[in-house]
Amino acid sequence: MSTANTAQPEGSSASRQAATLELRDVAKHYPGQRQPAIADLSFTVGAGEVCVLVGPSGSGKTTALRLINRMIEPSGGDILLGGESVLGREPHQLRRHIGYVIQQIGLFPHFTVAENIATVPRLLGWDKRRTAARVQELLELVGLDPDEIGPRYPAQLSGGQRQRIGVARALAADPPLMLMDEPFGAIDPITRTRLQDEFKRLQAQVQKTVVFVTHDIDEAIKMGDKIAILREGGHLAQYDSPAKILIDPADEFVAEFVGADRALKRLGLETLDEVKLLPPNGAVSSPTVTRSTSVRDALSAILADGGRPVTVVDESGKPAGTVTLELLGGLLR
Amino acid sequence: MTGFAAGGPVIPNFGGGASSYACERANRLFCGGWVSRNWSPVLWPALRQHIVLTLIAISIGFVLSMILALIAYRRGWVERPVLIVTSILYTIPSLALFELLEPTFGLTLTTAEIALVSYTLLILFRNTLTGLREVPAEVKDAARGMGMSPRQSLLRVELPLAAPAIIAGLRIAAVTVISLGTVASFIDDQGLGVPILTAISNGVFKTEIVVAGAMAVGLALIADGLLVILQRVLTPWTRAHR
Repeated sequence: MSTANTAQPEGSSASRQAATLELRDVAKHYPGQRQPAIADLSFTVGAGEVCVLVGPSGSGKTTALRLINRMIEPSGGDILLGGESVLGREPHQLRRHIGYVIQQIGLFPHFTVAENIATVPRLLGWDKRRTAARVQELLELVGLDPDEIGPRYPAQLSGGQRQRIGVARALAADPPLMLMDEPFGAIDPITRTRLQDEFKRLQAQVQKTVVFVTHDIDEAIKMGDKIAILREGGHLAQYDSPAKILIDPADEFVAEFVGADRALKRLGLETLDEVKLLPPNGAVSSPTVTRSTSVRDALSAILADGGRPVTVVDESGKPAGTVTLELLGGLLR
Repeated sequence: MTGFAAGGPVIPNFGGGASSYACERANRLFCGGWVSRNWSPVLWPALRQHIVLTLIAISIGFVLSMILALIAYRRGWVERPVLIVTSILYTIPSLALFELLEPTFGLTLTTAEIALVSYTLLILFRNTLTGLREVPAEVKDAARGMGMSPRQSLLRVELPLAAPAIIAGLRIAAVTVISLGTVASFIDDQGLGVPILTAISNGVFKTEIVVAGAMAVGLALIADGLLVILQRVLTPWTRAHR
């Protein structure tokens, strides 16, 4: 992993490698409390992976997140970032190299958008030109016009714009690790879905190691390469890929937490691209679906049409295949 | 010099022929001639002294309350004792406070300034502390999470965000000091209180009271206006809305 101020080319977003994050028996006890907030938490997030911490309230997921950048000091165990213990570093120095996004966003109201994004580069002593170029690049990356939005104050932005700026600010110094605490929690459902999709697209581009906290299992399934399900007292109930957790929940608690519709949720993870389609049957259904439609949505389309087969069309709108209830039902076995 | 009718106000010795000072003799509300003759020897020096008196009091009061507020911001228990002491200081009538200080510091500028500063402390301390405490928790969390040291967070985030409350405190303190500064002239024989006291001792010479009083009011309004401008310049974000 390169350090902050080496002569890397200005601009390139994925210029720095993501780092592996490893928690080893991490614990947090608060004095005067009998139960630990976090008990012997161990898991590893591969470089460039998104790990979602999910669990009911009181499961310590936010605490676990804040232990990683030492906003909270662990009482035991070790946390390794890129193989190096975070406990050996000056906390505020460490945090300049870890992206941090919180639900309330916490933009600085007295800084313009551009100054907000420039926060960490300024702390790291970047020169003006490099900082300005990076701000411009990040605003474009999150889909905002730098000339229009850059000079504004946070009070002049919509909730969705603020959240994008929050993400851009966290990415500013190109950190190998991003911590996101319910980043889309306070946003209306439509904007939320859009921001989730945008973040997935962004993540495909920048490939950071991400630890993402949510209480929403659907968001966890959508966003995570791995999901860590925590239960009361900061115990890790299961740590697996979303598909594995849906197919094979480790225990009653996990099964209940992921919900009775876990079979359907699993179908939401796959698209028709991964399904061997039946050949086109001559007729074209209304509505049609595409190869990028999730299996779950295709199933919904079939059911909405009274169980009749639905036509899959390609980009040009020509029939490319057919899906039937029997075909999709077979996927569940 | 001719004598005056018994029972009439004792008009100061204006010098010169009787006919030139008809306005003064009649003790009208405003005598323009008197003002123009006394601007350089009396009124302007008094105004200048009043400005200096105010600036010293506000500066010392600002620095002291800032230090106290920053300590109380870090260590909450400091707030109560500071509030109790500054509230008591604020409540003592100004004349009584001057009397209390006089045996120690004499009839000096120091006595006047100590009294004036003590009136600014409560307002400035409380406003600064409130301003700092009202910085949203998530903003402080973000500052820390981005890697600001406690000092950087204070200087770059918390104090700038407290600026509107601090400047609001300065506006009240400035007006208070300018108005009390006229009373302080009893002690140190400086400022706009001097012409007012002279006028009172001269059988309430109206022009001098009106003009010196108006200058004090004008000074207060200008000081307030300047602080409003300062606030607009320093805190442009407070006027940003969608």
